[in-house]
Amino acid sequence: MASKVIQAIYTDDDLLLQAVKQVREARYRIGEIYTPFPVHGLDKAMGLAPTRLAITAFIYGLVGLSVAIAMMNFIMIEDWPMDIGGKPSFSFLQNMPSFVPIMFELTVFFAAHLMVFTFFMRSKLWPFKTAENPDVRTTDDHFLMEVEVANHNTEDLTDFLFNTGASEIKLIDNK
Amino acid sequence: MYTLSSKLKLFSIILMVVGLLGLVYGFIAAPSTIEEVRELVAHDNHGEAVEMPLTGQTEDELEDDAKGFDYVPSEHQVETERTDEEVHSMAEDAELVHLEHVLHQLQNKPWAAVYVAAFFFFMIALGVMAFYAVQYAAQAGWSPVLFRVMEGITAYLLPGSIIMFILLALSGFHINHLFVWMDPEVVAHDEIIQNKSGYLNVTFFLIRAAIYIAGWNIFRYFMKKNSLKQDDATDNVFYKKNFKLAAGFLVFFIVTESMMAWDWIMSFDPHWFSTLFGWYVFSSMFVSGITVIALVSIYLKSRGYLPYVNDSHIHDLAKFMFGISIFWTYLWFSQFLLIWYSNIPEEVTYFVTRIEDYGLVFFGMVALNFIFPLLLLMNSDFKRVNWFVVMTGIIILFGHYLDVFVMVMPATVGESWFIGISELSALALFGGLFIFVVFNSLTKAPLLVKRNPFRKESEHYHY
Repeated sequence: MASKVIQAIYTDDDLLLQAVKQVREARYRIGEIYTPFPVHGLDKAMGLAPTRLAITAFIYGLVGLSVAIAMMNFIMIEDWPMDIGGKPSFSFLQNMPSFVPIMFELTVFFAAHLMVFTFFMRSKLWPFKTAENPDVRTTDDHFLMEVEVANHNTEDLTDFLFNTGASEIKLIDNK
Repeated sequence: MYTLSSKLKLFSIILMVVGLLGLVYGFIAAPSTIEEVRELVAHDNHGEAVEMPLTGQTEDELEDDAKGFDYVPSEHQVETERTDEEVHSMAEDAELVHLEHVLHQLQNKPWAAVYVAAFFFFMIALGVMAFYAVQYAAQAGWSPVLFRVMEGITAYLLPGSIIMFILLALSGFHINHLFVWMDPEVVAHDEIIQNKSGYLNVTFFLIRAAIYIAGWNIFRYFMKKNSLKQDDATDNVFYKKNFKLAAGFLVFFIVTESMMAWDWIMSFDPHWFSTLFGWYVFSSMFVSGITVIALVSIYLKSRGYLPYVNDSHIHDLAKFMFGISIFWTYLWFSQFLLIWYSNIPEEVTYFVTRIEDYGLVFFGMVALNFIFPLLLLMNSDFKRVNWFVVMTGIIILFGHYLDVFVMVMPATVGESWFIGISELSALALFGGLFIFVVFNSLTKAPLLVKRNPFRKESEHYHY
């Protein structure tokens, strides 16, 4: 089923934000927006759900903390409790202060790295990935909004987008 | 303009009166002779009279002692050439020494309670002053709508620091025994303190205190004055003056604050020293100060006096509360870990007494000051919920009161500590005074700065 999209190109981020609001008010569906830099407030204007990346990072941090505690409790207290320089190794709590630097670092390490990988996987980014750029100029100074045609009249939609200030409008067959 | 509600005024006056009465009771109830202590110890259900081992006595023999001096152990004969009477008198001497020790601690107790509460509220005002200066020096765009709140809170700096000076002077004139090194008899037998007497002597101590207090208050006076003048000015000359004053204050502050921490807190334990102590005390006052700014702002906002303060301002304050709480924990732990790890006797006694006699308070306060703000303020949405910030703020303030408590008490009252009438009364007295002074000062100037160059940005601040 060949669905069609209209790509409207804007040259100004304020214009784009304005257009996004108008398009959403007119109940057209925005497929994707390509910008060369983060446009403040674009996600709110598009009505995107807030990210849950921070929540995953918190959980990863807890995992890191657990790993650090389990590791050091096993190695230093259970498996081979040795007297090293008179440090008390009778229980985890007694020797805990000296473990804290590692507990802290592993928490940060897990939280940071696993969150980054989560981000890469969720946004489908990896080396040798084919770029999905509809127009090279969107990495430089142009903003591109894709609006799904669906069962709307192409003519009306084009006129509408033109009135929102689009400088170029293209009708594209979506692969 | 803010008008002090009669309810708040009455509340603060009641707090002060109740606190004063409680303190008077605390001072009267403190024992003045050894006989009274003997009775107190005898009536105390918790502790049996502590037995002091005599020279050459083992633990076993001490237990035998408890059964009475006539009791002759069968298995291990005490082999001394002393007669029973001699042993008896030695034990009595030891008990006398112990009771005298407890007497000093109990006499110190109401004084230490006053000192902790006075320092706690004074430190809030000074912490707010530091935050205020940072906001000016950093040309922060979000905070000018809160400047008048901060100026109101720093109004307590003058009375608070004068009270601190009076307390220090009273110690210097031997009205109380809070500072061991001020006791000439102790110094005469203590070579370590003797070697430090070039720095730790009452005259120099009071001169230093006067310099810190004068400096902070002069900076505060001129910054407040310029801030008010800027309201009616036609150019930014007073703003620029304040910018320079803020930078100057921060330099002066970081030196004097550090020395103040050595003088007013660390010298309670004159045998002990820690290099990061000044920053540690600073972080404590900074986070308490920011918390109080947040609490006062939320209170005034809830009464409709700060319509231009929005959730984003509260969010920023909560972020500071969160971040500086963690900074405090970092310093607390750095100090603790280094001393615990190396375990050098001359340093470690500081923590040994705290862990043995103050275990729950000592570690409980770390939980209050670290784990609560960490978990409660981590979520971005929670930082915008006013009652959430208030709740966490109260926990932080309580935690930092305990922090000061644990810094001061072990060296002044030792194991005779208790959070009882004297402590709560002192807290009520200075809390009432703090509320009265702060909110009274808030009525003196409009709650929004008029011509601050960042005012507009601050009013529209949105995060």
